[in-house]
Amino acid sequence: MQFSGLKRKKLSLIGDHRGASYPHSLQFYLQPPSENISLAEFENLAVERLKLLKIVENLGVSYVKGSEQYQSKLENEIRKLKFSYRESSEDEFEARRKDHISHFILRLAYCQSEDLRRWLIQQEMDLFRFRFSILPPDKVQGFLKDSHLQFETISKEEKELHFQNIIDSSIPLSGNKYELEAVYKVPFADALDLFRGRKVYLEHGFAFVPHQDIVSIILNDFRAKLSKALALTARSLPSVQSDERLQPLLNHLSHSYVGQDYNAQANMGKISLDQLDSLAVKSFPLCMRQLHKALREHHHLRHGGRMQYGLFLKGIGLTLEQALQFWKLEFIKGKVDTDKFDKGYAYNIRHSYGKEGKRTDYTPFSCMKIILTNPPSQGDYHGCPFRHSDPELLKQRLQSSKISQTGINQILDYIKGTHYQLACQKFFDLTHNVEDGMFSLNHPNQYFFESQKLLNGGREVRKEPSQPEVSQTKQSVQKTSNSTSSLPSSLDSTLEMDMEGLEGYFSEPF
Amino acid sequence: MEAFDPAELPELLKLYYRRLFPYSQYYRWLNYGGVVKNYFQHREFSFTLKDDIYIRYQSFNNQSEMEKEIQKLNPYKIDIGAVYSHRPIQHNTVKLGAFQAQEKELVFDIDMTDYDDVRRCCSSADICSKCWTLMTMAIHIIDRALKEDFGFKHCLWVYSGRRGVHCWVCDETVRKLSSAVRSGIVEYLSLVKGGEDMKKKVHLSPKIHPFIRKSINIVEKYFEEYALLGQDILENKENWNKILMLVPESLHAELQQGFQKFHNSVQRWEHLKQVVSTYRKSVRNEKFGQHIDWEIMLQYCFPRLDINVSKGINHLLKSPFSVHPKTGRISVPIDLQKVDQFDPFTVPTISQICHELDMVSSNEDDGDKENEAEPDTKRRTRDYKKTSLAPYVRSFEQFLEELDKSRKGELLRKSDAQRDF
Repeated sequence: MQFSGLKRKKLSLIGDHRGASYPHSLQFYLQPPSENISLAEFENLAVERLKLLKIVENLGVSYVKGSEQYQSKLENEIRKLKFSYRESSEDEFEARRKDHISHFILRLAYCQSEDLRRWLIQQEMDLFRFRFSILPPDKVQGFLKDSHLQFETISKEEKELHFQNIIDSSIPLSGNKYELEAVYKVPFADALDLFRGRKVYLEHGFAFVPHQDIVSIILNDFRAKLSKALALTARSLPSVQSDERLQPLLNHLSHSYVGQDYNAQANMGKISLDQLDSLAVKSFPLCMRQLHKALREHHHLRHGGRMQYGLFLKGIGLTLEQALQFWKLEFIKGKVDTDKFDKGYAYNIRHSYGKEGKRTDYTPFSCMKIILTNPPSQGDYHGCPFRHSDPELLKQRLQSSKISQTGINQILDYIKGTHYQLACQKFFDLTHNVEDGMFSLNHPNQYFFESQKLLNGGREVRKEPSQPEVSQTKQSVQKTSNSTSSLPSSLDSTLEMDMEGLEGYFSEPF
Repeated sequence: MEAFDPAELPELLKLYYRRLFPYSQYYRWLNYGGVVKNYFQHREFSFTLKDDIYIRYQSFNNQSEMEKEIQKLNPYKIDIGAVYSHRPIQHNTVKLGAFQAQEKELVFDIDMTDYDDVRRCCSSADICSKCWTLMTMAIHIIDRALKEDFGFKHCLWVYSGRRGVHCWVCDETVRKLSSAVRSGIVEYLSLVKGGEDMKKKVHLSPKIHPFIRKSINIVEKYFEEYALLGQDILENKENWNKILMLVPESLHAELQQGFQKFHNSVQRWEHLKQVVSTYRKSVRNEKFGQHIDWEIMLQYCFPRLDINVSKGINHLLKSPFSVHPKTGRISVPIDLQKVDQFDPFTVPTISQICHELDMVSSNEDDGDKENEAEPDTKRRTRDYKKTSLAPYVRSFEQFLEELDKSRKGELLRKSDAQRDF
């Protein structure tokens, strides 16, 4: 490495400004790094960052975020990987530089698709939240100032005036503790993650945010900036990718995130419509059985149901022609006549196959999407039965699927712990008579393929989705799959944004 | 009153769009004072024509172009969409992806069909004066929160023409809100959650957020009259069993006993409140179960919003003053001062106002012929005043005046700020 020497020289030159370039142990990553680094270091930094983010993800699933165990484990891991975390350590320059550069490398690797972006944003937000939480109180103001974040505090009189309302709006606050703390007044839209769950008091367009919740406002800003930056990065990616040294590296990095979209072109046309009823009983996950049954019974599904079920069917191999025929045959048994179907619903189906509008080829919904976005309301049958059903009703349904009492209890236990995907996987294991943990479930279409694979006696064994580069114990793989269940509401808004384009086109024309 | 006959709709629409539709007010609304260049020109309209022919991405350069097009097509239904980056009519000529929805009013759609599990009087598209109270409560609750909590000023409430109400929040800052914030607002305003597989749809934590408290205060004003007397929700075993499903099982026996003993819903509700309040003391430290009576009240009365309508900036919503093709009723603005008196069954139908106009016109024709000489536009501005549409246009105008006032205040503020420089 002949230029490593050069680099060292350069670093020592700027050594005097070390402190100034990274004043804090956590960063808003507003400025990209501008120094030259070797390819080896580039790769090294990226892999280390990925390791760190994987740890953040796994700990977030295994422990309650913010709990003592979570905090101490995460701090340990960050220290082991030599990333910056605590303000007090004397010389953190290397750790902060590593944090800075590695963050920007992963941006390159993870800007390419909606799923990758969502994953990166989520882990980076959790990491940021942790670092912010251990920032000494006297450093908070300085950090906010350096990151151009200033909030207006309310006067003592105003605080007294709204005292009860602020207490009533913040679940963890008890009367006395609040007395000591500052309350900030911010435009309501900046407190999205607080007000959407009614966790803050709103009056005339302002959110009254107690000091302890300010992190939510900062994270809101962090997410908005990162999300925008990723979109911009994606646009300039072609020029980066033209560098043949970087391209394979970046692709490799992004593939170490598990994720398959199940928009399986290969299966197109391998299923006939008259197979559906029997397939539904044998190989559909519970959410899809429910939609199939509701559709057969009512000859109609509302928008949310048509989306979830329609894209699932597309994923298992229904062609556009089959889909049109399938929905039409069912709908015209109900209140919709041929004409209305052709004019209203057919467009939506063609749209989901990428034949109308902006011609995006939509992919089937993952468990995460189903669990977190667009919860069912009156008249809806979509959603995740393990997440969106009354326990009593679910119990009955499980009984009718001939699940043993022990099995039912196991499933209900998972649900109590908000592990909905593990509950569904248990349902799979019990209905297919297999040992646990053959695969980690994160997609309804995966459920279907795994079931078919078993039932057809191992023919056409598909390759397992590539596992993350970072070594994981079996337990942590399972946990990863389950990461959705305990995600904070903040992710919802990211998902919402991703869904924007799609929803509009599917608006009910009638 | 003239009964509405859908077969006559095409003829009636011609007359309505030629002489009664309040174009100038309508244009004044969507032009928003002409402050932003091309705001009206980039607005999407979509029309539903006879036989459900649906045309999207219509847009117009000015009021008269819009009038001409509407009079040419005589749409069965008019929808309003977003303000786009380009003229919607030219959406095919711009580069794919460049054509983007940029702004729109924040809209809410409250539809009576979403209350089918808690209405006894009607189901699906049917409504009656009994269940209309649900809409009254919805308007009070949502309007209060939009104004007092979110600080919005200009909320236009409109009867949908059949079974529900729409709300258009028109403040300048609101029109610019992102889709994520819009869905955040709907979430803030939603308490009833769960689909067909969730029986208990409202869960309150021990601490009651001020929004919920204020909403309960509103529900309480209507609850006895609407739910206990009108819907008679505890009338008989079949009905009170539905309520028992919302209550912890340990209380069922005691409640059943009392329900058998008492004679009407009011007494039975009192009994429930007592049982629940004793229970509350026993679960003081639990996460749920502190407010069972309120949970029931909210499940039966709290507004149910359709999030998908509000969330998407490019989502279309039926326009005010459009006609409902099935009922013939006009989508009229609801006067907020008189929400409690609003009766959907007295909202004029297109046949009624066309008939009224005919009556007046023929009388006038008998009198003098001078009217004929008057320019078409001038005569038309007066025509609606001769019909029962008049008070609704009047309240629409009041809404527009408030919008104007805010706009002028804003302009003044800006020019003052500049002078300070």
